[in-house]
Amino acid sequence: MRLPPISGEWIDRATTLSFSFEGKSYEGHAGDSISSALLAADAGMLGRSFKYHRPRSVLSMANHDVNTVCQWGERPNVRADVTPLQAGMALTAVNTFGGLAADKARHLGKFARFMPVGFYYKSFYSKKLFPMWERMFRTLTGLGKVDFATPHLRTAKRYDFCDVLVIGAGPSGLSAALAAAEQGAEVVIVDENARAGGSAGYALGAEAARAAQHAEQLAAVEAHPAIRLLTGTYAAGYYTDHWIPLVDGDVLTKMRARSVVVASGAYEQPAVFHNNDLPGVMLASAAQRLIYRYAVRPMQKAVVLVANQDGYRAALDLAAHGIEVVAVVDLRPEPAAGEAEQAVKAKGIRVLTGHCIVEALPGSHGQSVAGAVVAKTPQPGEMPGSERETLVCDGIVMSVGWAPAANLLYQAGTRMRYEKALEQFVPDTLPAGVFACGRVNGVHTLASRRLDGQRAGSAAAANAGFGAAQAIAVPAETESPSHPWPIVSHPKGKNFVDFDEDLQLQDFQNAVQEGFDNIELLKRFSTVGMGPSQGKHSNMNALRILARLVGKEPQQVGTTTARPFFHPVPMALLGGRGFNPERQTPLQSRHDALGAQWMPAGVWQRPEYYRVANQDRLSCIRSEVTAVRQGLGIIDVGTLGKLEVIGPQAAEFLERVYISKYAGLKVGMTRYAVMCDESGVVIDDGVVARLAEDHFYFTTTTSGAATIYRELSRLNTLWQLDCGIVNHTGAFAAVNLAGPKSREVLGKLTKLDLSSTAFPYLALREGTVAGIPARLMRVGFVGEWGYEIHVPANQGAALWDALMAAGQPAGIRPFGVEAQRLLRLEKGHIIIGQDTDGLSNPYDVGLDWATKMDKPFFVGKRSLQVIERQPRKQQLVGFVLGERFTGQAPQECHLVIENGEIAGRVTSIAWSPTLGRHIGLAFVRPSQAAPGTSIAIRLSDGSTVQASVARLPFYDPDNLKQKEAA
Amino acid sequence: MPWRLLRFATAKQHPEPRMFTAHAELKKSYDVVIIGGGGHGLSAAYYLGRDHGITNVAVLEKGYIGGGNTGRNTTIIRSNYLTPEGVKFYDESVRLWQDLSTEFDLNLFYANRGHFTLAHTDSALRTMRWRAEVNKHYGVDSEVVGPDFVKQAAPMIDLSCGGHAPILGALYHAPGSVARHDAVAWGYGKGADLRGAEIHQQTEVLGIVVKGGKVCGVQTSRGFIETNKVLCAVAGFTPRILEMVDIKTPLYIHPLQAMVSEPIKPWLDPILVSGSLHIYISQSARGELVMGASLDPYEVQSTRSTLDFVEGLSAHMLDMFPFLSHVKVMRQWAGMADMTPDFAPIMGKTPVEGFYLDAGWGTWGFKATPVCGKTMAHTVATDTPHPLIHGFSLDRFRNYALTGEKGAASVGH
Repeated sequence: MRLPPISGEWIDRATTLSFSFEGKSYEGHAGDSISSALLAADAGMLGRSFKYHRPRSVLSMANHDVNTVCQWGERPNVRADVTPLQAGMALTAVNTFGGLAADKARHLGKFARFMPVGFYYKSFYSKKLFPMWERMFRTLTGLGKVDFATPHLRTAKRYDFCDVLVIGAGPSGLSAALAAAEQGAEVVIVDENARAGGSAGYALGAEAARAAQHAEQLAAVEAHPAIRLLTGTYAAGYYTDHWIPLVDGDVLTKMRARSVVVASGAYEQPAVFHNNDLPGVMLASAAQRLIYRYAVRPMQKAVVLVANQDGYRAALDLAAHGIEVVAVVDLRPEPAAGEAEQAVKAKGIRVLTGHCIVEALPGSHGQSVAGAVVAKTPQPGEMPGSERETLVCDGIVMSVGWAPAANLLYQAGTRMRYEKALEQFVPDTLPAGVFACGRVNGVHTLASRRLDGQRAGSAAAANAGFGAAQAIAVPAETESPSHPWPIVSHPKGKNFVDFDEDLQLQDFQNAVQEGFDNIELLKRFSTVGMGPSQGKHSNMNALRILARLVGKEPQQVGTTTARPFFHPVPMALLGGRGFNPERQTPLQSRHDALGAQWMPAGVWQRPEYYRVANQDRLSCIRSEVTAVRQGLGIIDVGTLGKLEVIGPQAAEFLERVYISKYAGLKVGMTRYAVMCDESGVVIDDGVVARLAEDHFYFTTTTSGAATIYRELSRLNTLWQLDCGIVNHTGAFAAVNLAGPKSREVLGKLTKLDLSSTAFPYLALREGTVAGIPARLMRVGFVGEWGYEIHVPANQGAALWDALMAAGQPAGIRPFGVEAQRLLRLEKGHIIIGQDTDGLSNPYDVGLDWATKMDKPFFVGKRSLQVIERQPRKQQLVGFVLGERFTGQAPQECHLVIENGEIAGRVTSIAWSPTLGRHIGLAFVRPSQAAPGTSIAIRLSDGSTVQASVARLPFYDPDNLKQKEAA
Repeated sequence: MPWRLLRFATAKQHPEPRMFTAHAELKKSYDVVIIGGGGHGLSAAYYLGRDHGITNVAVLEKGYIGGGNTGRNTTIIRSNYLTPEGVKFYDESVRLWQDLSTEFDLNLFYANRGHFTLAHTDSALRTMRWRAEVNKHYGVDSEVVGPDFVKQAAPMIDLSCGGHAPILGALYHAPGSVARHDAVAWGYGKGADLRGAEIHQQTEVLGIVVKGGKVCGVQTSRGFIETNKVLCAVAGFTPRILEMVDIKTPLYIHPLQAMVSEPIKPWLDPILVSGSLHIYISQSARGELVMGASLDPYEVQSTRSTLDFVEGLSAHMLDMFPFLSHVKVMRQWAGMADMTPDFAPIMGKTPVEGFYLDAGWGTWGFKATPVCGKTMAHTVATDTPHPLIHGFSLDRFRNYALTGEKGAASVGH
């Protein structure tokens, strides 16, 4: 029922929102949460539990009411307790079979005796039947449903910085923010609730003064120019170096703070008694939130179970809003008389000290509370005596203790200790830059929390370099805020410890009996704390139960590891925009205009081939090959990694990272370069060119560019050679102009002397091409006379246009990656990563000639020294299929089989238009490596194709095409 | 309802005994001491008893059983490896897996779901074909399949992966399965315990006494024990134990992270892995999506989590399954993967007599739990490496006889 207006309420009574739940229409107000709107309409049961499908309703109103999560259209697992109500929401309960009321699974609870903790480990595993049982489990399991039509939501992320981040805007957090800001720090304070204040806004004990103090403090924070208050925002995790993701519903902000004050408060903990899960049994803080935030009266007649002053205060809050408090039941036999307790007594409310609730009596269908049975508090672990009294009520409110919301502190690396006087874990050793205050720090009295906040805020500011830490003494608590054993045994069980997972007291005893007697094993076997609330209301009681069962103190039992996230975070927020960087060379538009068919190459897109009208893919590729062999082709090689190393020890550096020698390389010359890793495996190749004595320009493979640059930088950090490495990959455009007519066409565009003597094979020259400053290298990857021309990226297109125009009379043809693959295969050149694998060394792939073992050192040499002495296991060879072969040709990675065993595999294969037959490269056994040997290649269907080993290269064996005749 | 559950309902007392006996004291000496109470250590203890009658065995665990990588992985079981050694070894493991629940009288939720390694590039597809051909050669059920086949098994997948990493095909490995990882440790623990092995939790090894090149005892946080045989099965902590016996290996430790979503109604049956998008995913019996990615790119001996891991993995997940936008990530964690240069494990004897090593499990240790225990038990019992682990000996690094799983392992958990 909705209460009359309450000062400070969050709802806007002028705005009414219509929504539906389980097909029934409701109205609520702006500012309501889904749960508060439903309770305002006396909806009663809001959900069902996961295992037994028992009726459930509000427990915490603090973002861990997992039993009341809803399906909202395409959104699964919407937390009704805290999700703001929106107009038109159509909500249903999750994981029901036939709706919330008629849930066909609601009878499962009757079989609870058959399903003790871990029952599923004990049966259902016959090999034959398991698939059937698994299907059954998969039907029953899970909460909400995903809707496959949900679009990919892309959200921006923000980055933010501050001197002091305060997490939690309750009384201690607000104090901390003010203290830090007063010392000159820039402060950000976040709170997951829609409004700041925490318990200062609802745990009032009907005292107006408390509300006024809070309003004053909040006004000071809001007015302070150095404080940014972010409500509706939670700190989702705590990562190294104070790196904290803040989630505000729509956006993930990554905050880097110099100091962090964790003022995250505490989770109120449920008492454990029979039927403590009925709708109408809730935490005192939940009832207070309902009243003060949403003006919802949670019940008419309440029994309040307490073990601290907070509970008495809650009783006063209930009484002040028209709820009849039937009795306050205090677990403690002799509570220290506090103000709230006296006020309760003064109101004539009955107080039963030394009593507990044995059970809640269910109303109709177990969907409400009809009464509370109380008895004298027994000794821990004992059954209550037979002297019982039934108190008629329609709601039970529990305030028996707190568990620190220390998740972020744990993630930050805080060591916690169990403080017996408080019956609570408190920070013992905080990491540098991390501060804690308020309830999470074991400080519960309101005035003390403000003091503790001031202390922590001041210290945090000082740590960030602002002012000096004030020495503030925080008085010790006069009573323990938490009861060490708020747990009552019951012969019928149903005394729930974990509401997410429907775990009862007996389940813990059983688990321990089976040997799961330390906290981590207990968690994994019983699943306590593994549900969506991650143990916020269950871990502390579980720990108390385990400690008692094994005869240890909570300190010895310890806690489980608190891992991110504090509250679950939607994948859309984590994924953000989903950047997938794709790189384009400056020639992209030229390729498009020429009909390029694109293919991915690492982060790049490269033309696979150029489409020609009325020709299929293969004939396009083959005609590109023919053009290069017979006339002129041009390919964009701008994706190659392009690095420079400069400095007196530049040559020494290259000597160390490549297997060949570069110290003696003449200025103006280039040399093929192969790189190995420490184990002697070939990892990359390229060309090294010497621009000056102390200046080299060199290329890497397209896909290797980024990692090679990173690795070289790492190596030089270790070696400390006097040289620097620069990554110019994006700064240069590059093309390879290749074919018998390349010299003639290039000659039209440059003043460089292109004669064989002035510009021999493997030389590098700097000059201009079509007026563009260029580096030209005479290289022969495709096996024709050719020039690799590198120019500044912004002039790449102009170079391309000039070459295309000049080449037109010669029939210039752009060619793509596929043609290049074929051209190099005809020349027997390997592609690293295709013709090599994670274990190939230079000897395996015929690079013996490049491997200079007489160098004092290079990466991989030590390994190659060993490998060199061993018998070869495999060798890369060329092979051909018969000239008249017409069947299904092998594909790359089909196996070479000898005597029924794997002898190797095909690494490259294609039909060569130049040679008119299939050619390829394959790993074979060294015994098969002699040209002419017949090898058997097995296809996927098991059939075998015979091939014969051939001498490499297949095309132009004397290299007459690419260089001047000797 | 299975009859066994009736017992729970009718018994006055919970009718289940301890799965693992509690031992107040360590004995003065043991025939074999196993360091590490994870799946591998417990499995070795089990097979020592079952196959070799060696039951005077202590398993020493610094924390709690199954608390290391056994409880931190994404529970995938498969045998579609690349090298003959790997294929034969993991194939035997898959065979052992299938009978474990019955053997232990404990449901491990060994669920055969089928395993897809997706190929988004030509070169990935080439590697898939290589693996498929090698697998078939050794009788392991693997096949290269096209995008249509993938779509049939997971109809909701976006085959274009957001348009930038289209799925060109996949390596389909029908025997691919998942299991409840914690239960695997408990099952082996239960089985080893039944056969007489002692499991000592919260017992840390502080030193190993070696005299004349032979193991003669282990110093623990609870006292000294004599033994001539020590099996080290401690994954990411291997370098620390090896320091005690002065053995050098090329192991390096990288963190490997994972995350789970909140429970949602099951919609995904198969196990999917994508090397290009750095994803592996399956949906657990609890309805949680269990998701992992590749190794962290740096060496750290730590199990801390990072934010950029969940950011990157979520982004890639949404490329493949855009409809997961609202699904929330509940928890993330990390393990320490002990990597070898060739991505194959290190198993067998060492230069120290009586010191046996089971390490180098990187990102592929869980699936090997049964076969690893079985072969290490053989090796320890007979002081002779089991034939299935010949390719995995420590001295292969000295001899450069590497067993190259690297090509197949990229994101092959």
